[in-house]
Amino acid sequence: MMNPMTNASRKSSLQQQIDENLKRVYEETLKEEVPDRFVQLLEQLKAKEREK
Amino acid sequence: MNDAPGAADPREEILTHLPALRAFAISLTRNPSQADDLVQDTIVKAWSNIDKFTVGTDLRAWLFTILRNTFFSDRRKKKREVADPDGLHAQSMFDKPHHDGRLAFADFTRAFYELSDEHREVLILVGANGYSCEEAAEMMGVAVGTVKSRTSRARNRLAQLLGMEPGEDVLGGDSGATLAVLSRSGTQAA
Repeated sequence: MMNPMTNASRKSSLQQQIDENLKRVYEETLKEEVPDRFVQLLEQLKAKEREK
Repeated sequence: MNDAPGAADPREEILTHLPALRAFAISLTRNPSQADDLVQDTIVKAWSNIDKFTVGTDLRAWLFTILRNTFFSDRRKKKREVADPDGLHAQSMFDKPHHDGRLAFADFTRAFYELSDEHREVLILVGANGYSCEEAAEMMGVAVGTVKSRTSRARNRLAQLLGMEPGEDVLGGDSGATLAVLSRSGTQAA
């Protein structure tokens, strides 16, 4: 092997880059505002239960 | 929030997990309106089955389990290829990554959405959320070894879609050798 990096560290650097990008893909959608319909749905479910 | 006598209702906490549920749903469905339907189904199921949740355990993992089970059982019922009428995420042609040693984010995103549902699932759980293979295995209802080999294959596939073929110097450094290592470890784990 001419490359001073070990196979393991090269592997982990590729994995690390992939995981960093995965986190970004995920966080992009995480940042989006939660639609009101879900907040309303939870309130409806709660209200329905109180009626019981 | 009221302090109920005894343990608080874990359902009060569902709200705080909605952004994560929605992000997971979008990764699986690749379609915001299908994702919202999936989140809605998940909330309703979680609400009416809360007695099956063990208080003190990870509520988000429990919600994720309901969400992914709903997604995969819907998919079985419909027996359809996931429709993507806008073709937003289905562009199979994209530019090669910049040869500056970094993965271009737009290319990465497109490549990610080209992966199979199973591969996107495992990468979001393990790669993005940082769940252990054991935790992911429990959520997915498969063996730990399956999670490990699937994660490795999913990462390989992603690298391949990004044009990181053996011999190409995309990540700066000897990525050909890196991929050889990755595929060897993938084979071993399978």
